[in-house]
Formats: sequence, C-alpha cells, structure tokens
Amino acid sequence: MSTWERFLDTFFNAKVMARYLPDILSGVVVTIELAVLIVISGLAAGLALALLRSLGVRPLNWLIVFVVDLFRSLPPLVIIVLMYFGLPAAGLSPSGFVSTWLSLAFVLMAFSEEIFWAGITSIPKGQWEASRSTGLSYGQTLMNVVLPQALRLTIPPLTNRTIAITKGTALGTVVAVTEILGQASSAVSNSYNPSPLMMGAAAYIVLFFPVVVAGRWIETKFAWKR
Amino acid sequence: MAKTIVEARGLHKHFGALHVLKGVDLDVAERELVFVIGPSGSGKSTLLRCLNRLEEPSAGSVVVDGIDLLDPKTDINHARQRIGMVFQSFNLYPHMTALGNVTLALRKVAGKSRAEADAIGRKALERVGLADRADHTPGQLSGGQQQRVAIARAIALEPRVMLFDEPTSALDPELVGSVLGVMRDLRADGMTMVVVSHEMGFARAAADRVLFMDHGVVVEEGPPAAIFENPTQDRTRAFISQIQRH
Ligand SMILES: Nc1ncnc2c1ncn2[C@@H]1O[C@H](COP(=O)(O)OP(=O)(O)OP(=O)(O)O)[C@@H](O)[C@H]1O
Ligand SMILES: [Mg+2]
Repeated sequence: MSTWERFLDTFFNAKVMARYLPDILSGVVVTIELAVLIVISGLAAGLALALLRSLGVRPLNWLIVFVVDLFRSLPPLVIIVLMYFGLPAAGLSPSGFVSTWLSLAFVLMAFSEEIFWAGITSIPKGQWEASRSTGLSYGQTLMNVVLPQALRLTIPPLTNRTIAITKGTALGTVVAVTEILGQASSAVSNSYNPSPLMMGAAAYIVLFFPVVVAGRWIETKFAWKR
Repeated sequence: MAKTIVEARGLHKHFGALHVLKGVDLDVAERELVFVIGPSGSGKSTLLRCLNRLEEPSAGSVVVDGIDLLDPKTDINHARQRIGMVFQSFNLYPHMTALGNVTLALRKVAGKSRAEADAIGRKALERVGLADRADHTPGQLSGGQQQRVAIARAIALEPRVMLFDEPTSALDPELVGSVLGVMRDLRADGMTMVVVSHEMGFARAAADRVLFMDHGVVVEEGPPAAIFENPTQDRTRAFISQIQRH
C-alpha cells in the first residue's frame, strides 16, 4: 500500500463511512434539534430579560445583571457538566440532551440580553418622549417605536453570538448526547478508524457554513444603518 | 371671555438639589398664542414639559381642557392626545414613513382603523404642505420637512393646545420660514399654542402675549410690543437687547 492509499484507507475509509453514515445522519438530526431549541428559547429568554430590565425596577435589575454576568463568565462546558452531574444530587436528573439544551440556552440568554439591552438603551430619549406625548403607553412605545429600531441594531452582533453558541452543541458529547460529534467518536472507537470523524466534520460544515454565510450577509445588510 | 385651555398654578420643579421652576402660573385662553422667551436654563422647556406631564411637577397643578393632569385617576395617555408637542430635534420615528409617523397614535391610541387613520394622516400632511411626501422616511426629508411632519403627527390627533419647544432652532436658516409658515397657518385656524422660541419676528407678528422667564420664574409678561419695546424689568431689558444684537 502506498502512503497515499494508507492515508485514504485511514481517514476516508469507504467501508467504514458507509457503515456509520446512518449514525452520523441521526447525529445531524439531534444537532439540528438542539440548535433550534437553543436559539428559540435562548433568544426569547434574553429578549424577555431585556424587556423586564427596561422597566427599571432596581432590585430586579441587580438580579438580572447578576444572572447574566454569571452565565457569561462560566465556560459552557462547566455549566453542562454541573447540570448533568450536579443536579441529580438535588433530586433532578436531566438527560444529557436537556442539560446541553438548557445550559447553552442560558448562555445565549445571557449574551443576547446584553445585546438586546444595548439596543434598547441606544434609542434616543426623544423617541420615547415623542411617542408618549402622542398618548402611547410605555408598552406601546416599547413595541412600536423602540424595539423595531433596537432589534435592527442588534441583528449583526446577535447573529455572531448565536452561531458561536450553537456550535457549542458539540459539547453535549461529554454528557452522552448522540449529536454529530458523539456519534462520530463512538463510531471511531467501534471501528478503530477515524473516518467517521471526517464525516462528522463534514456534517458540521454542511450545517453551519450556510448559517455563517447568511450571518455575514445579514451583518452587512443591517450594519448600523438607520 | 374665552375659555381657558391651559391652567397651571404654582408650578415647582426640583431636579435633585436644583430648583428649576419656582412657582410658575400660566393661563392660556382658547385660540391664544403665548410666546415664552428667556435665557438658557431658565426653565422654559421644563415648564412646557410639565404641561403634558413629560416632566412630573414637584408641586402645583396643571389643568388642560378641564382635565386635571396630576390627578392620579386621570388617564394620562388619553389626556395627552389633546396636547400636541413639537420638539427641537423633531423626534420622528426613523423606521416609519411620514404617514406612518402621523398615523401611529391614531391607530394605537385613538383606535382608528388603518384606512381611517391613513385618511386623517394624509389630510394632516396636506395641511403642512407635505401630501406628496407621505411615503418618504425621515431620512429622505429635509429638516424643515421633518419638523412639519412632526407638526402633522401632533395635529392629526386634533389637540386642544399645541406646545412648541424651539421648533426651528435645529434648522438651517433657509428652512425656518417653512415651519413658521405652518405655525402661522395653525394660528390662523384658531389653534391654541404655547411656543418657546427665539424667533422674535414671529413673536411680534403672531403672539398675543410674551412671557419672559429667568431662573425659574416669570419675570414679566405682556403684549409683544410692550415686552420688546418697553420692558419694565432690567433683566428683561438686558435679555432683549442681548438677543437683538445677534
Ligand atoms: N432631567 C433633568 N435632570 C436634571 N436637570 C435637568 C433636567 N432637565 C433640565 N434640567 C436642568 O434644569 C434647568 C432648566 O432646564 P430647561 O431645559 O427647562 O431650560 P431652558 O430654559 O429650556 O433652556 P434652553 O434655552 O437651553 O433650552 C437647567 O439647568 C437644566 O440643566
Ligand atoms: Mg429648552
């Protein structure tokens, strides 16, 4: 066998790849499920916290800032491990899937709250005053005047953050989530061949490359234009 | 006797240790145009903002069109529809068209359908001479046009009184005239107005009464000719001669 053939046989072994393709594909499904859940719940919770914060209730805001800073300072892997291995001690036993989902959703919530908050506070006071002076309530002003402008400003930084955190689904492999990386590494240990890892990498690229490209497009389209 | 539209009594306003309004009384009769002048920091904007409760007075009372604005039972959002306000910096909503700016409160507060609101909004834009700019966003309009849209946004709600806080101060000189023209038309249509401004020519031509404020009190008030030509107070005389030098 030539070196080239040995390289192909090791990293792109057709037989191994064919055998474990279904596993990798089921991993892709799990990764997509996780990612969608994280993005929806993380962004919704982040926006909700930012809206709560805009009410200006002091003790509540201290609590929000504390929680947000906590989740921004802990490494996501640590949060996942704490949930999965720590919570059972408190009588709760979330699955690896749920631990990963909630952990990364909390992280996205924390970062997106800060981004939403920055967007809301960047809207000039005059916008609030004009709207309130025509009789719109606080909530109506927030929904019709402030948020539409603020969200536009938050789209580029939010897109970047969301992509970065969603890629963290691969961390789920540590708590036995059968997402792409989990499937690939168990296939590696079963087949004594690293080809499934190459398939896993390819799957991540197929999944995230379009998202990154779309993110770049969104970023230029919405970049601080008013 | 004409009906009193604005009735402010003993207004005080503190910002922390700063005492900005020190007992201001202001009555504005129906169809009257009251013009407010005074040095920077004298409390003109604060007074105006107390009249629609954008600023909460520390003491005193404000009654507009028979509604006690400071009564906790008053629905302030409803009351504010009767009090139009125009700001120095226009404060148009940049993400909406001119028509969108004018119709937002009509739809959300006055409860009009979109079709009704659009019809009223177009009429308001027509009154300020911008019927053909309904679909432009603020970014596509000149400063003078933006301010006229802001006026249309206020008059579309058919307010009983209009408050203007230096409506032409942010405009290039050549655009001032168009905004003052709209204000003069409003006046001719019988709108009750309180105007804070440095446009003395407009005051002479259109004001019924001029108030001179300094350090949170009304120092002197009277017809424009009296205040500009024969002020009785030294502070008024000093201020008038200072602005006329500019
Ligand atoms: N929200 C606020 N917090 C603290 N101080 C304020 C606030 N608003 C106004 N002031 C102060 O109150 C005083 C009066 O302000 P105001 O804006 O009413 O003056 P003005 O007569 O309108 O002045 P100008 O001609 O510069 O617009 C100023 O000293 C100002 O700094
Ligand atoms: Mg002012």
